[in-house]
Amino acid sequence: MSSSSNAMLLSIESVNAHHGQLPAVRDVSLQVRQGDIVALVGANGAGKTTLLRTVAGAHRASGGTVRWEGADITRMPAHQRVAEGLALVPEGRRLFTAMTVRENLLVARAAGRRGLWSFDTVLDAFPQLVPKLDARAGDLSGGQQQAVAIGRALMTNPRLLLLDEVSLGLSPLAVQGVYDALRGVTGQGTTLVLVEQDLQRVQAVASRIVCMLEGRVVADAPADQLTREQITAHYFGAQRPGAAADASAVPAEAAAHTHHLHKEAA
Amino acid sequence: MNLLNQVLQGLLLGGYYAVLACGLSFMFGVMRIINLAHGSLAVVAAYLLWWLAEPLGWHPLLALLAVLPAMALLGWALHYLVLERSARLGALVPLLATFGLASVIDNALFQHFGADTRSLANAIGTLAYDSWELPGGLYVGQLPTLVLVLAVLLLGGLHALLAHTPLGRQIRAASEDADTARLVGVRTGTVFAAASAITMVTVTLAGASLALRATFDPFSGPQQLIFAFEAVIIGGAGSLWGTLLGGVVLGVAQNLGAQVHPQGFLIAGHATFLVILLARLYAGGALRRFFSNPLRRATP
Repeated sequence: MSSSSNAMLLSIESVNAHHGQLPAVRDVSLQVRQGDIVALVGANGAGKTTLLRTVAGAHRASGGTVRWEGADITRMPAHQRVAEGLALVPEGRRLFTAMTVRENLLVARAAGRRGLWSFDTVLDAFPQLVPKLDARAGDLSGGQQQAVAIGRALMTNPRLLLLDEVSLGLSPLAVQGVYDALRGVTGQGTTLVLVEQDLQRVQAVASRIVCMLEGRVVADAPADQLTREQITAHYFGAQRPGAAADASAVPAEAAAHTHHLHKEAA
Repeated sequence: MNLLNQVLQGLLLGGYYAVLACGLSFMFGVMRIINLAHGSLAVVAAYLLWWLAEPLGWHPLLALLAVLPAMALLGWALHYLVLERSARLGALVPLLATFGLASVIDNALFQHFGADTRSLANAIGTLAYDSWELPGGLYVGQLPTLVLVLAVLLLGGLHALLAHTPLGRQIRAASEDADTARLVGVRTGTVFAAASAITMVTVTLAGASLALRATFDPFSGPQQLIFAFEAVIIGGAGSLWGTLLGGVVLGVAQNLGAQVHPQGFLIAGHATFLVILLARLYAGGALRRFFSNPLRRATP
Protein backbone atom coordinates (compact mmCIF):
# COMPACT_ATOMS: atom_id res chain seq x y z
CA MET A 1 0.00 0.00 0.00
CA SER A 2 2.96 2.29 0.55
CA SER A 3 3.32 4.26 -2.63
CA SER A 4 7.07 4.58 -2.92
CA SER A 5 6.67 6.32 -6.29
CA ASN A 6 4.81 9.18 -4.64
CA ALA A 7 6.53 12.44 -3.81
CA MET A 8 8.53 12.70 -0.63
CA LEU A 9 6.65 14.84 1.87
CA LEU A 10 8.49 14.54 5.16
CA SER A 11 12.05 13.45 5.73
CA ILE A 12 13.42 13.07 9.23
CA GLU A 13 17.19 12.74 9.23
CA SER A 14 19.06 11.58 12.34
CA VAL A 15 16.84 13.63 14.62
CA ASN A 16 17.49 13.82 18.35
CA ALA A 17 15.25 15.41 20.98
CA HIS A 18 15.61 15.75 24.72
CA HIS A 19 13.45 16.40 27.75
CA GLY A 20 15.91 18.36 29.84
CA GLN A 21 19.00 16.17 29.99
CA LEU A 22 17.10 13.00 29.09
CA PRO A 23 17.21 11.86 25.47
CA ALA A 24 13.69 11.09 24.25
CA VAL A 25 14.36 10.67 20.52
CA ARG A 26 17.72 9.26 19.42
CA ASP A 27 19.05 9.46 15.91
CA VAL A 28 15.70 8.81 14.29
CA SER A 29 15.44 8.77 10.51
CA LEU A 30 12.11 8.35 8.80
CA GLN A 31 10.58 9.24 5.48
CA VAL A 32 6.94 9.82 4.68
CA ARG A 33 5.63 9.98 1.15
CA GLN A 34 2.44 11.52 -0.16
CA GLY A 35 -0.46 9.15 0.52
CA ASP A 36 1.30 7.10 3.19
CA ILE A 37 -0.50 6.07 6.35
CA VAL A 38 2.34 5.53 8.77
CA ALA A 39 1.65 4.08 12.21
CA LEU A 40 4.15 4.72 14.99
CA VAL A 41 3.98 2.03 17.65
CA GLY A 42 5.96 1.47 20.79
CA ALA A 43 5.70 1.30 24.55
CA ASN A 44 5.15 4.34 26.74
CA GLY A 45 8.30 6.41 26.80
CA ALA A 46 9.49 5.10 23.44
CA GLY A 47 9.63 8.66 22.07
CA LYS A 48 6.63 8.57 19.74
CA THR A 49 4.92 11.67 21.09
CA THR A 50 8.18 13.62 21.28
CA LEU A 51 8.95 12.68 17.69
CA LEU A 52 5.55 13.91 16.49
CA ARG A 53 5.88 17.12 18.51
CA THR A 54 9.36 17.66 17.08
CA VAL A 55 8.05 17.25 13.55
CA ALA A 56 5.18 19.66 14.31
CA GLY A 57 7.53 22.26 15.78
CA ALA A 58 6.16 22.00 19.32
CA HIS A 59 9.41 20.50 20.59
CA ARG A 60 12.89 21.64 19.65
CA ALA A 61 15.13 19.09 17.93
CA SER A 62 18.52 18.91 19.62
CA GLY A 63 20.12 17.43 16.53
CA GLY A 64 19.41 16.26 13.00
CA THR A 65 17.21 17.71 10.30
CA VAL A 66 13.50 17.74 9.54
CA ARG A 67 12.75 18.32 5.88
CA TRP A 68 9.42 19.19 4.33
CA GLU A 69 9.37 18.57 0.58
CA GLY A 70 13.15 18.77 0.70
CA ALA A 71 13.35 22.10 2.55
CA ASP A 72 14.91 22.24 6.00
CA ILE A 73 12.18 23.16 8.51
CA THR A 74 14.06 22.09 11.65
CA ARG A 75 14.02 25.62 13.09
CA MET A 76 10.73 26.72 11.57
CA PRO A 77 8.10 27.86 14.13
CA ALA A 78 5.08 25.63 14.60
CA HIS A 79 2.57 28.11 13.13
CA GLN A 80 4.61 28.35 9.92
CA ARG A 81 4.66 24.55 9.61
CA VAL A 82 0.88 24.63 9.86
CA ALA A 83 0.84 27.13 7.01
CA GLU A 84 3.02 24.71 5.03
CA GLY A 85 0.43 21.95 5.50
CA LEU A 86 1.63 20.07 8.56
CA ALA A 87 -0.83 19.65 11.44
CA LEU A 88 -0.74 17.77 14.72
CA VAL A 89 -3.66 16.40 16.71
CA PRO A 90 -1.92 16.35 20.08
CA GLU A 91 -2.12 13.69 22.74
CA GLY A 92 -4.88 14.48 25.21
CA ARG A 93 -6.66 16.50 22.47
CA ARG A 94 -5.64 19.86 24.03
CA LEU A 95 -8.85 21.63 23.04
CA PHE A 96 -9.48 25.21 24.03
CA THR A 97 -11.91 24.02 26.67
CA ALA A 98 -13.46 27.38 27.54
CA MET A 99 -14.25 28.07 23.90
CA THR A 100 -17.16 26.60 21.99
CA VAL A 101 -16.85 23.85 19.41
CA ARG A 102 -17.51 26.42 16.69
CA GLU A 103 -14.73 28.66 18.01
CA ASN A 104 -12.30 25.75 18.32
CA LEU A 105 -12.85 25.00 14.65
CA LEU A 106 -12.82 28.59 13.43
CA VAL A 107 -9.64 29.54 15.30
CA ALA A 108 -7.77 27.05 13.13
CA ARG A 109 -8.41 29.25 10.12
CA ALA A 110 -5.53 31.39 11.43
CA ALA A 111 -2.99 29.61 9.24
CA GLY A 112 -4.89 30.84 6.21
CA ARG A 113 -4.49 27.65 4.15
CA ARG A 114 -7.29 27.07 1.69
CA GLY A 115 -8.30 23.67 0.42
CA LEU A 116 -10.91 20.97 0.57
CA TRP A 117 -11.57 21.38 4.25
CA SER A 118 -13.82 24.15 5.42
CA PHE A 119 -16.14 24.63 8.37
CA ASP A 120 -18.95 22.93 6.44
CA THR A 121 -16.93 19.99 5.12
CA VAL A 122 -15.50 19.31 8.58
CA LEU A 123 -19.04 19.18 9.93
CA ASP A 124 -19.96 16.83 7.09
CA ALA A 125 -17.14 14.55 8.24
CA PHE A 126 -18.13 14.84 11.90
CA PRO A 127 -21.93 15.27 11.86
CA GLN A 128 -22.10 14.50 15.60
CA LEU A 129 -20.65 17.98 16.20
CA VAL A 130 -23.48 19.86 14.50
CA PRO A 131 -25.81 19.93 17.53
CA LYS A 132 -22.85 20.75 19.79
CA LEU A 133 -21.47 23.76 17.92
CA ASP A 134 -22.31 26.22 20.68
CA ALA A 135 -21.35 23.93 23.55
CA ARG A 136 -18.09 24.48 25.38
CA ALA A 137 -15.49 22.03 24.12
CA GLY A 138 -14.61 21.13 27.70
CA ASP A 139 -18.15 19.89 28.29
CA LEU A 140 -18.13 17.30 25.48
CA SER A 141 -17.62 13.54 25.76
CA GLY A 142 -14.21 12.08 24.95
CA GLY A 143 -15.28 10.95 21.48
CA GLN A 144 -16.80 14.30 20.66
CA GLN A 145 -13.68 16.07 21.90
CA GLN A 146 -11.52 13.88 19.70
CA ALA A 147 -13.75 14.73 16.74
CA VAL A 148 -13.26 18.44 17.50
CA ALA A 149 -9.50 17.95 17.81
CA ILE A 150 -9.29 16.21 14.43
CA GLY A 151 -11.74 18.65 12.86
CA ARG A 152 -9.71 21.58 14.18
CA ALA A 153 -6.56 20.15 12.60
CA LEU A 154 -8.41 19.55 9.32
CA MET A 155 -9.51 23.19 9.29
CA THR A 156 -5.85 24.03 8.60
CA ASN A 157 -6.10 21.96 5.40
CA PRO A 158 -3.07 19.80 6.17
CA ARG A 159 -1.25 17.72 3.61
CA LEU A 160 0.24 15.68 6.44
CA LEU A 161 -1.80 15.03 9.55
CA LEU A 162 0.01 13.82 12.66
CA LEU A 163 -2.31 12.04 15.10
CA ASP A 164 -1.14 11.25 18.62
CA GLU A 165 -3.10 8.52 20.42
CA VAL A 166 -6.45 9.42 18.91
CA SER A 167 -8.16 6.41 20.50
CA LEU A 168 -6.78 6.95 24.00
CA GLY A 169 -9.54 6.88 26.63
CA LEU A 170 -12.34 6.46 24.11
CA SER A 171 -15.05 3.80 24.04
CA PRO A 172 -14.77 1.21 21.24
CA LEU A 173 -17.73 2.83 19.51
CA ALA A 174 -16.11 6.26 19.67
CA VAL A 175 -12.83 4.84 18.38
CA GLN A 176 -14.66 3.26 15.47
CA GLY A 177 -16.29 6.62 14.72
CA VAL A 178 -12.93 8.36 14.74
CA TYR A 179 -11.37 5.83 12.38
CA ASP A 180 -14.38 5.92 10.07
CA ALA A 181 -13.85 9.67 9.82
CA LEU A 182 -10.12 9.22 9.24
CA ARG A 183 -10.91 6.92 6.33
CA GLY A 184 -12.72 9.86 4.79
CA VAL A 185 -9.73 12.10 5.50
CA THR A 186 -7.28 9.80 3.74
CA GLY A 187 -9.77 9.47 0.91
CA GLN A 188 -9.28 13.21 0.35
CA GLY A 189 -5.56 12.60 -0.18
CA THR A 190 -4.27 13.61 3.24
CA THR A 191 -1.18 11.74 4.41
CA LEU A 192 -1.27 10.40 7.97
CA VAL A 193 1.30 9.62 10.62
CA LEU A 194 -0.44 8.23 13.66
CA VAL A 195 0.60 6.99 17.06
CA GLU A 196 -1.61 4.10 18.06
CA GLN A 197 -1.42 1.39 20.73
CA ASP A 198 -4.07 -0.89 19.24
CA LEU A 199 -1.98 -3.17 17.01
CA GLN A 200 -4.99 -4.82 15.38
CA ARG A 201 -6.27 -1.44 14.29
CA VAL A 202 -2.79 -0.38 13.22
CA GLN A 203 -2.51 -3.36 10.91
CA ALA A 204 -5.95 -2.65 9.49
CA VAL A 205 -5.42 1.02 8.62
CA ALA A 206 -1.68 1.63 8.18
CA SER A 207 0.30 1.24 5.00
CA ARG A 208 3.53 1.28 6.97
CA ILE A 209 4.41 0.50 10.56
CA VAL A 210 7.31 2.08 12.40
CA CYS A 211 8.18 0.64 15.78
CA MET A 212 10.07 2.72 18.34
CA LEU A 213 11.93 1.57 21.40
CA GLU A 214 13.75 3.78 23.87
CA GLY A 215 13.81 6.71 21.45
CA ARG A 216 15.01 4.73 18.44
CA VAL A 217 13.27 3.30 15.40
CA VAL A 218 13.72 -0.46 15.62
CA ALA A 219 11.48 -1.52 12.75
CA ASP A 220 10.11 0.18 9.66
CA ALA A 221 8.25 -1.95 7.16
CA PRO A 222 5.05 -2.14 5.09
CA ALA A 223 2.14 -3.09 7.33
CA ASP A 224 1.19 -6.17 5.36
CA GLN A 225 4.71 -7.56 5.71
CA LEU A 226 4.96 -7.43 9.50
CA THR A 227 3.18 -9.99 11.61
CA ARG A 228 1.56 -9.09 14.89
CA GLU A 229 4.19 -11.23 16.63
CA GLN A 230 7.02 -9.34 14.96
CA ILE A 231 5.53 -5.99 15.94
CA THR A 232 5.08 -7.20 19.50
CA ALA A 233 8.66 -8.41 19.60
CA HIS A 234 9.92 -5.03 18.38
CA TYR A 235 7.55 -3.30 20.76
CA PHE A 236 9.17 -4.98 23.77
CA GLY A 237 12.68 -5.03 22.34
CA ALA A 238 12.71 -8.82 22.06
CA GLN A 239 14.01 -8.88 18.48
CA ARG A 240 17.57 -10.09 18.05
CA PRO A 241 19.86 -9.85 15.00
CA GLY A 242 19.90 -13.58 14.65
CA ALA A 243 16.15 -13.98 14.64
CA ALA A 244 16.19 -15.24 11.07
CA ALA A 245 12.78 -16.82 11.25
CA ASP A 246 11.21 -13.47 12.06
CA ALA A 247 13.34 -11.52 9.62
CA SER A 248 12.50 -13.93 6.80
CA ALA A 249 8.93 -12.74 6.94
CA VAL A 250 10.10 -9.25 6.09
CA PRO A 251 10.92 -8.54 2.45
CA ALA A 252 14.25 -7.17 1.30
CA GLU A 253 13.13 -3.51 1.36
CA ALA A 254 11.90 -3.75 4.93
CA ALA A 255 14.87 -5.80 6.00
CA ALA A 256 17.17 -3.09 4.77
CA HIS A 257 15.30 -0.64 6.97
CA THR A 258 15.47 -2.82 10.01
CA HIS A 259 18.87 -4.48 9.71
CA HIS A 260 20.99 -1.89 11.49
CA LEU A 261 18.19 -1.16 13.90
CA HIS A 262 18.17 -4.75 15.08
CA LYS A 263 21.80 -4.37 15.95
CA GLU A 264 21.03 -1.28 18.01
CA ALA A 265 18.15 -2.92 19.78
CA ALA A 266 20.16 -6.00 20.65
CA MET B 1 -30.67 62.44 49.40
CA ASN B 2 -27.06 63.29 50.22
CA LEU B 3 -26.25 59.59 50.46
CA LEU B 4 -27.88 58.94 47.09
CA ASN B 5 -25.87 61.80 45.62
CA GLN B 6 -22.63 60.38 46.99
CA VAL B 7 -23.44 56.95 45.55
CA LEU B 8 -24.24 58.58 42.21
CA GLN B 9 -20.97 60.54 42.21
CA GLY B 10 -19.15 57.35 43.23
CA LEU B 11 -20.73 55.55 40.29
CA LEU B 12 -19.43 58.22 37.94
CA LEU B 13 -15.96 58.11 39.50
CA GLY B 14 -16.11 54.33 39.10
CA GLY B 15 -16.49 54.87 35.37
CA TYR B 16 -13.06 56.51 35.31
CA TYR B 17 -11.56 53.72 37.39
CA ALA B 18 -13.05 51.17 34.99
CA VAL B 19 -11.47 52.92 31.98
CA LEU B 20 -8.19 53.05 33.88
CA ALA B 21 -8.34 49.42 35.00
CA CYS B 22 -9.64 47.65 31.91
CA GLY B 23 -6.22 47.63 30.21
CA LEU B 24 -4.59 46.20 33.31
CA SER B 25 -7.30 43.57 33.51
CA PHE B 26 -7.11 42.79 29.78
CA MET B 27 -3.34 42.31 29.84
CA PHE B 28 -3.53 40.11 32.90
CA GLY B 29 -6.41 38.08 31.43
CA VAL B 30 -4.66 37.53 28.11
CA MET B 31 -0.98 37.30 28.97
CA ARG B 32 -0.99 36.72 32.73
CA ILE B 33 1.23 39.79 33.08
CA ILE B 34 0.66 42.44 35.76
CA ASN B 35 1.97 45.59 34.14
CA LEU B 36 3.26 47.81 36.95
CA ALA B 37 3.99 50.55 34.41
CA HIS B 38 0.27 50.77 33.59
CA GLY B 39 -0.37 53.99 35.53
CA SER B 40 2.82 55.62 34.29
CA LEU B 41 1.92 54.78 30.69
CA ALA B 42 -1.49 56.41 31.21
CA VAL B 43 0.35 59.51 32.41
CA VAL B 44 2.59 59.37 29.31
CA ALA B 45 -0.58 59.46 27.19
CA ALA B 46 -1.89 62.37 29.28
CA TYR B 47 1.35 64.30 28.72
CA LEU B 48 1.31 63.60 24.98
CA LEU B 49 -2.26 64.89 24.76
CA TRP B 50 -1.41 67.93 26.86
CA TRP B 51 1.68 68.65 24.77
CA LEU B 52 -0.30 68.54 21.52
CA ALA B 53 -3.27 70.48 22.91
CA GLU B 54 -1.59 73.18 24.99
CA PRO B 55 1.82 74.21 23.62
CA LEU B 56 0.97 73.18 20.05
CA GLY B 57 -2.68 74.24 20.19
CA TRP B 58 -4.29 71.14 18.70
CA HIS B 59 -7.93 70.40 19.41
CA PRO B 60 -8.00 67.73 22.17
CA LEU B 61 -9.99 65.35 19.97
CA LEU B 62 -7.49 65.70 17.13
CA ALA B 63 -4.68 65.18 19.63
CA LEU B 64 -6.39 62.02 20.85
CA LEU B 65 -6.68 60.71 17.28
CA ALA B 66 -2.93 61.20 16.88
CA VAL B 67 -1.93 59.78 20.25
CA LEU B 68 -4.08 56.62 20.04
CA PRO B 69 -2.15 54.99 17.16
CA ALA B 70 1.17 56.22 18.58
CA MET B 71 0.46 54.56 21.91
CA ALA B 72 -0.78 51.41 20.14
CA LEU B 73 2.57 51.23 18.35
CA LEU B 74 4.31 51.77 21.66
CA GLY B 75 2.31 48.84 23.07
CA TRP B 76 3.37 46.67 20.12
CA ALA B 77 7.01 47.57 20.71
CA LEU B 78 6.64 47.17 24.46
CA HIS B 79 5.51 43.61 23.93
CA TYR B 80 8.53 42.60 21.87
CA LEU B 81 11.11 44.65 23.77
CA VAL B 82 10.02 44.09 27.37
CA LEU B 83 7.00 41.88 28.02
CA GLU B 84 7.71 38.86 25.82
CA ARG B 85 11.39 38.75 26.75
CA SER B 86 10.73 39.07 30.47
CA ALA B 87 7.78 36.63 30.45
CA ARG B 88 10.09 33.94 29.06
CA LEU B 89 12.12 34.13 32.27
CA GLY B 90 9.25 33.43 34.68
CA ALA B 91 6.28 35.12 36.29
CA LEU B 92 8.32 37.44 38.54
CA VAL B 93 10.50 38.99 35.85
CA PRO B 94 7.71 40.94 34.07
CA LEU B 95 6.78 42.45 37.45
CA LEU B 96 10.35 43.62 37.97
CA ALA B 97 10.75 44.76 34.38
CA THR B 98 7.54 46.81 34.36
CA PHE B 99 8.35 48.22 37.81
CA GLY B 100 11.69 49.40 36.41
CA LEU B 101 9.96 50.74 33.32
CA ALA B 102 7.57 52.76 35.50
CA SER B 103 10.53 54.31 37.36
CA VAL B 104 12.21 55.22 34.09
CA ILE B 105 9.00 56.76 32.70
CA ASP B 106 8.21 58.76 35.84
CA ASN B 107 11.69 60.22 36.07
CA ALA B 108 11.95 60.88 32.34
CA LEU B 109 8.66 62.81 32.51
CA PHE B 110 9.93 64.73 35.53
CA GLN B 111 13.15 65.61 33.75
CA HIS B 112 11.38 66.74 30.60
CA PHE B 113 8.23 68.41 31.92
CA GLY B 114 9.23 69.37 35.45
CA ALA B 115 7.15 69.00 38.59
CA ASP B 116 4.29 71.32 37.55
CA THR B 117 0.82 69.82 37.55
CA ARG B 118 -1.00 69.89 34.20
CA SER B 119 -4.57 69.47 33.04
CA LEU B 120 -6.53 69.53 29.81
CA ALA B 121 -9.66 70.86 31.52
CA ASN B 122 -9.10 74.33 30.09
CA ALA B 123 -8.98 72.92 26.56
CA ILE B 124 -12.57 71.64 26.62
CA GLY B 125 -14.31 74.79 27.81
CA THR B 126 -17.28 74.37 30.09
CA LEU B 127 -17.55 70.62 29.53
CA ALA B 128 -15.08 70.23 32.39
CA TYR B 129 -17.65 71.48 34.90
CA ASP B 130 -21.05 71.48 33.15
CA SER B 131 -23.66 69.17 34.64
CA TRP B 132 -27.12 67.80 34.01
CA GLU B 133 -29.83 68.20 36.62
CA LEU B 134 -31.70 65.04 37.56
CA PRO B 135 -35.08 64.84 39.30
CA GLY B 136 -34.78 65.36 43.06
CA GLY B 137 -32.18 68.08 42.82
CA LEU B 138 -29.32 65.75 41.91
CA TYR B 139 -26.62 66.84 39.50
CA VAL B 140 -24.31 64.72 37.40
CA GLY B 141 -21.25 66.15 35.72
CA GLN B 142 -21.33 65.88 31.95
CA LEU B 143 -17.69 64.88 31.65
CA PRO B 144 -17.85 62.14 34.34
CA THR B 145 -21.02 60.83 32.69
CA LEU B 146 -19.28 60.71 29.32
CA VAL B 147 -16.35 58.87 30.93
CA LEU B 148 -18.77 56.32 32.42
CA VAL B 149 -20.34 55.85 28.98
CA LEU B 150 -16.82 55.49 27.56
CA ALA B 151 -16.11 52.78 30.15
CA VAL B 152 -19.20 50.81 29.16
CA LEU B 153 -18.44 51.19 25.45
CA LEU B 154 -14.80 50.26 25.96
CA LEU B 155 -15.56 47.16 28.00
CA GLY B 156 -18.39 46.20 25.63
CA GLY B 157 -16.03 46.69 22.70
CA LEU B 158 -13.34 44.53 24.26
CA HIS B 159 -15.91 41.87 25.06
CA ALA B 160 -17.22 41.94 21.49
CA LEU B 161 -13.67 41.80 20.13
CA LEU B 162 -12.89 38.71 22.18
CA ALA B 163 -16.17 36.96 21.51
CA HIS B 164 -16.94 37.75 17.91
CA THR B 165 -13.79 38.41 15.90
CA PRO B 166 -11.06 36.13 14.51
CA LEU B 167 -8.46 38.14 16.44
CA GLY B 168 -10.49 37.73 19.62
CA ARG B 169 -10.69 33.97 19.11
CA GLN B 170 -6.95 33.84 18.56
CA ILE B 171 -6.30 35.95 21.66
CA ARG B 172 -8.46 33.64 23.77
CA ALA B 173 -6.91 30.51 22.30
CA ALA B 174 -3.38 31.81 22.86
CA SER B 175 -4.35 32.91 26.36
CA GLU B 176 -5.68 29.45 27.23
CA ASP B 177 -2.93 27.35 25.65
CA ALA B 178 -0.27 29.15 23.62
CA ASP B 179 1.52 25.94 22.57
CA THR B 180 -1.63 24.42 21.11
CA ALA B 181 -2.63 27.72 19.54
CA ARG B 182 0.64 27.67 17.58
CA LEU B 183 -0.17 24.11 16.48
CA VAL B 184 -3.35 25.34 14.79
CA GLY B 185 -1.52 28.16 13.04
CA VAL B 186 -1.96 31.05 15.48
CA ARG B 187 1.02 33.43 15.46
CA THR B 188 1.00 33.84 19.21
CA GLY B 189 3.73 36.48 19.25
CA THR B 190 1.76 38.70 16.88
CA VAL B 191 -1.47 38.02 18.73
CA PHE B 192 0.03 39.01 22.09
CA ALA B 193 1.61 42.09 20.51
CA ALA B 194 -1.82 43.04 19.17
CA ALA B 195 -3.27 42.54 22.65
CA SER B 196 -0.57 44.85 24.03
CA ALA B 197 -1.44 47.45 21.39
CA ILE B 198 -5.13 47.18 22.30
CA THR B 199 -4.21 47.57 25.95
CA MET B 200 -2.34 50.77 25.14
CA VAL B 201 -5.40 52.13 23.35
CA THR B 202 -7.34 51.71 26.59
CA VAL B 203 -4.41 53.22 28.51
CA THR B 204 -4.53 56.27 26.22
CA LEU B 205 -8.25 56.70 26.83
CA ALA B 206 -7.56 56.45 30.56
CA GLY B 207 -4.83 59.07 30.24
CA ALA B 208 -7.20 61.33 28.31
CA SER B 209 -9.87 60.90 30.98
CA LEU B 210 -7.33 61.72 33.67
CA ALA B 211 -6.10 64.80 31.84
CA LEU B 212 -9.62 66.09 31.19
CA ARG B 213 -11.15 65.51 34.61
CA ALA B 214 -8.22 66.24 36.95
CA THR B 215 -4.63 67.35 37.18
CA PHE B 216 -1.58 65.17 36.74
CA ASP B 217 2.16 65.38 37.25
CA PRO B 218 5.10 63.11 36.37
CA PHE B 219 4.58 61.01 39.50
CA SER B 220 0.81 60.50 39.14
CA GLY B 221 1.37 57.06 37.60
CA PRO B 222 1.82 54.97 40.74
CA GLN B 223 -1.35 56.43 42.30
CA GLN B 224 -3.31 55.61 39.14
CA LEU B 225 -1.83 52.11 39.16
CA ILE B 226 -3.05 51.56 42.72
CA PHE B 227 -6.59 52.64 41.83
CA ALA B 228 -6.54 50.43 38.73
CA PHE B 229 -5.12 47.50 40.66
CA GLU B 230 -7.76 47.83 43.38
CA ALA B 231 -10.56 47.97 40.81
CA VAL B 232 -9.19 44.88 39.06
CA ILE B 233 -8.89 42.90 42.29
CA ILE B 234 -12.33 43.95 43.53
CA GLY B 235 -13.92 43.01 40.22
CA GLY B 236 -11.93 39.84 39.66
CA ALA B 237 -8.56 39.69 37.94
CA GLY B 238 -8.97 39.36 34.19
CA SER B 239 -12.73 39.97 34.31
CA LEU B 240 -13.83 42.70 31.93
CA TRP B 241 -17.30 43.43 33.29
CA GLY B 242 -15.98 42.71 36.77
CA THR B 243 -13.59 45.60 36.19
CA LEU B 244 -16.53 47.95 35.73
CA LEU B 245 -18.10 46.58 38.90
CA GLY B 246 -14.77 46.91 40.72
CA GLY B 247 -14.34 50.49 39.58
CA VAL B 248 -17.84 51.42 40.70
CA VAL B 249 -17.44 49.71 44.08
CA LEU B 250 -14.13 51.53 44.61
CA GLY B 251 -15.57 54.89 43.54
CA VAL B 252 -18.65 54.56 45.73
CA ALA B 253 -16.56 53.42 48.72
CA GLN B 254 -14.23 56.40 48.31
CA ASN B 255 -17.07 58.90 48.03
CA LEU B 256 -18.87 57.49 51.06
CA GLY B 257 -15.60 57.43 53.01
CA ALA B 258 -15.07 61.08 52.23
CA GLN B 259 -18.40 61.82 53.89
CA VAL B 260 -17.18 60.26 57.12
CA HIS B 261 -13.79 61.95 57.32
CA PRO B 262 -11.71 64.17 55.04
CA GLN B 263 -9.07 61.42 54.86
CA GLY B 264 -11.78 58.80 54.38
CA PHE B 265 -11.69 59.00 50.57
CA LEU B 266 -8.52 56.96 50.19
CA ILE B 267 -8.88 54.94 53.39
CA ALA B 268 -12.37 53.68 52.52
CA GLY B 269 -11.19 52.64 49.05
CA HIS B 270 -8.16 50.78 50.37
CA ALA B 271 -10.24 49.17 53.17
CA THR B 272 -12.85 47.95 50.69
CA PHE B 273 -10.09 46.53 48.50
CA LEU B 274 -8.54 44.71 51.47
CA VAL B 275 -11.84 43.27 52.69
CA ILE B 276 -12.68 41.93 49.22
CA LEU B 277 -9.14 40.64 48.70
CA LEU B 278 -9.27 38.74 52.01
CA ALA B 279 -12.75 37.44 51.21
CA ARG B 280 -11.50 36.18 47.87
CA LEU B 281 -8.47 34.54 49.46
CA TYR B 282 -10.40 32.80 52.22
CA ALA B 283 -13.87 32.37 50.74
CA GLY B 284 -15.05 29.07 49.33
CA GLY B 285 -14.99 27.89 45.77
CA ALA B 286 -18.33 29.46 44.92
CA LEU B 287 -16.99 32.98 45.33
CA ARG B 288 -13.82 32.10 43.47
CA ARG B 289 -15.84 30.68 40.61
CA PHE B 290 -17.91 33.86 40.55
CA PHE B 291 -14.75 35.91 40.16
CA SER B 292 -13.10 33.53 37.71
CA ASN B 293 -11.62 34.77 34.47
CA PRO B 294 -14.40 35.66 32.02
CA LEU B 295 -12.00 36.07 29.11
CA ARG B 296 -12.09 32.32 29.04
CA ARG B 297 -15.82 32.26 29.52
CA ALA B 298 -16.60 34.79 26.83
CA THR B 299 -18.80 33.27 24.17
CA PRO B 300 -20.64 34.80 21.24
